[in-house]
Amino acid sequence: MQYADAPGNPWFSWQYLRDNADTVLSALVEHVTLTTQAVAFAAVVGLPLAVLAYWFRPLTGPILALSGVLYTIPSLALLAFVAPLVGTTRPASVLIALVLYALLLIVRNTLAGLNQLPAEVLDAAQGMGYGRFARLFRVDLPLAIPAILTGLRLATVSTVALVTVGSLIGYGGLGDLILGGFRNNFYKAEILVGTVLCVALGLLLDLLLAGAGRLLTPWTRGARG
Amino acid sequence: MNAINQAILWLNDPLNWSNPGGILDRLGEHLWISFAAVLIGCLVAWPVGLWLGHTGRGGGVVVLISNVTLAIPTVALLTILPLTPLGFGQRPVILALAVFAVPPLLANAYTGVRQVDPEARDAARGMGLSGRQLLTRVELPLAVPYLATGFRTASVQVVATAALASFVNGGGLGQIISAGFGLGMSVGGGQILAGALLVGLLALGIEGLLALVERALTPRPLRRPGRFRRRPATA
Repeated sequence: MQYADAPGNPWFSWQYLRDNADTVLSALVEHVTLTTQAVAFAAVVGLPLAVLAYWFRPLTGPILALSGVLYTIPSLALLAFVAPLVGTTRPASVLIALVLYALLLIVRNTLAGLNQLPAEVLDAAQGMGYGRFARLFRVDLPLAIPAILTGLRLATVSTVALVTVGSLIGYGGLGDLILGGFRNNFYKAEILVGTVLCVALGLLLDLLLAGAGRLLTPWTRGARG
Repeated sequence: MNAINQAILWLNDPLNWSNPGGILDRLGEHLWISFAAVLIGCLVAWPVGLWLGHTGRGGGVVVLISNVTLAIPTVALLTILPLTPLGFGQRPVILALAVFAVPPLLANAYTGVRQVDPEARDAARGMGLSGRQLLTRVELPLAVPYLATGFRTASVQVVATAALASFVNGGGLGQIISAGFGLGMSVGGGQILAGALLVGLLALGIEGLLALVERALTPRPLRRPGRFRRRPATA
């Protein structure tokens, strides 16, 4: 192990990567798992919430206010609230905190997308005899895909960054590398590997979602070039 | 719940408030770090944002900065900056937090100037105002509501994120939570909950306070309808 004052404490070293490939890989896997689980849960809970707020206007205020309050609470505080109640020996504590954060972004963007649908389209759907659910699945949601996707992308990128906070209780994915390096006599190579992988993962997932969006909305492609 | 009782007990101990490194000390650190970070953020982001908005260029740059900043984990920046020539202590923490204050400030300053009615801009030009006068006398005042929204978003974000400074012993209320986790769940559980409560209340309190200040400072004709208030330009 190298020390902070030793001449050899470079920001990047292949040696570190070769020696610790297993640790890095498992941290990466944990990071990806936590992120995808959190975003998936948030989408499963958030989309119906947004639809409820869209159908029943009086619910819009409370739902947005609740998720807004959740978003104001610092991530560390939220983790600290959840951990003593759920237990720190499980990644579930981190997951719950992450889901609560991703929720707001998904609900807010989905709701904005649904509320901005052109009135003529909705009238046409009404005229074709679509019921509430048929219209939702065949007209409203497909047309709101771009907005929903914006929410998903924001939620994903910020979740990737937030996962690192979980390393306080030992389930932080790449954050464990970053903090591990800091505690380990400021081992710069470990810190940088964690950081770079984190940023790269965020951008990669963002690109994947953007690509999925293009596939799902072929009608926007011609217009936007 | 056992942990909740412990938290109430912990908060009721006057020594936990007044000791060195107690709640009052940490609160002072927290507020100072946040204030300095937001101040630096404003000094950097507002001139740049207003200028980019004035010239109408750089929309892509603003979006790019917001996206990249979103992807950088706060923990990483807080960890890396002390290892640079900045050294340890509060300076790297303040700088790291200032980085996270920039996107909302920048985006709102840019949007604030861009949304000014082109006719108002043309009228000012017609009256013979120079580009500089146009910016300071017409565009800046009309952008005030956006600047205020950006300031509020940035401040609340920074106060919330400042809790993470405890990862690198940077001080602030987060230190109480970290210390609790260090003690282990059975001993420190109450302290963790108490710290979470303090940090959460501080963030919500600042949000409420700034909302009131924003409302009081914005001239009545410029007050936008309520449904737009909560939507920062970054999202």
